[in-house]
Amino acid sequence: MVVFALFIISKAGGLIYNREFHAGLSKLEANDYLIVAGTFHGIHAITKQLCPAAAAPTPPAITTPSLAPSPFPSRPSGLEVLETQNFRMQCFQTQTGVKFLLFTEPHQPNVDTMMRRIYELYADYVMKNPFYTVEMPIRCEKFDRGLDGFVKVRS
Amino acid sequence: MAATPGLRYPSNKKTIYDRNLNRSKNAELSRAAFAYLFVEMISYAQKRVKGIADLERRLNQQGYPLGLRLLDLLLTRLPPPSLRPTRILPLLQFIAQTLWRHLFNRPADALEKSESDPAQYMLYDNDPLPNTYISLPREMSQLNCAAFVAGVIEGVCDGAGFPTTGVSAHSVGEQEGGGGVEGRMWPGKTVFLICFRGEVLEREEVLGRGGSG
Repeated sequence: MVVFALFIISKAGGLIYNREFHAGLSKLEANDYLIVAGTFHGIHAITKQLCPAAAAPTPPAITTPSLAPSPFPSRPSGLEVLETQNFRMQCFQTQTGVKFLLFTEPHQPNVDTMMRRIYELYADYVMKNPFYTVEMPIRCEKFDRGLDGFVKVRS
Repeated sequence: MAATPGLRYPSNKKTIYDRNLNRSKNAELSRAAFAYLFVEMISYAQKRVKGIADLERRLNQQGYPLGLRLLDLLLTRLPPPSLRPTRILPLLQFIAQTLWRHLFNRPADALEKSESDPAQYMLYDNDPLPNTYISLPREMSQLNCAAFVAGVIEGVCDGAGFPTTGVSAHSVGEQEGGGGVEGRMWPGKTVFLICFRGEVLEREEVLGRGGSG
């Protein structure tokens, strides 16, 4: 279970958190991270319009989690998974428009449970922090420590 | 048939004061609900405030009325004979055990008397509940939001007839000398300094002499 990196993109498309967990990844300039995040935000919006057919509404009896949980099952959503030979990127969009990008190794099971756990950590240590202004870069020590604990346990 | 005079009690002797407001067995409250409410309380206290000490004072004032009311409620719920503590040590043990268990479901971690100052007592808590989700920014590292709990303690002491000059909350988690291994294990460790007034000490001395004499 190897996690390479985590990006969090705000509602407006700005990068508010980026963290690498694996040594040996090629380094980018600070600016490049912002460019990547902005590009992804745009592509996500475009792919949402490109969806060919409206997805059928999921019947309530389904209990197995789908590949990437989407907030509006009957409406098309944007790009969710990008898989290449060297990595797999999964995007989780919350009800408020915040996007979580998780980069892991290509054949990684249970990515959506990991996403849920990271979302829980975000809801706890970032949203319940009185000194955090929403949509600003995240500088919460407990969130970093929680992520460390979670990723180190899994990998 | 003679009517029974006076107030009628139910046969299991439970009155309205023994039941919790939301009628559940453990009187549980959602931790997330409290966390969001506390975020708003801190933002409210931060308006027009001039410094960290002022912010802590406002949080203290927010907790004070809670202490007054909790004292009465918890004393009523004690099994008979429910006596109000009249000496310092039973009062502090009441705070560390009964009050802490009611609020946080566990007793406080340590209670010490200060060496240097006879009027000062220290209550330790390794992980105060209000601080669980709060990460302090670097410019506010001296703030400790457990000042709210310090206000509750101050309310209890004043209500019980032990006026204090102040109850303050300080973080001791990250210190090198004071913590050692423990400091790193509990980074949020907080000490509540309770300073009693002069007349409390005088009364304590008189009672002490009267008890032994």
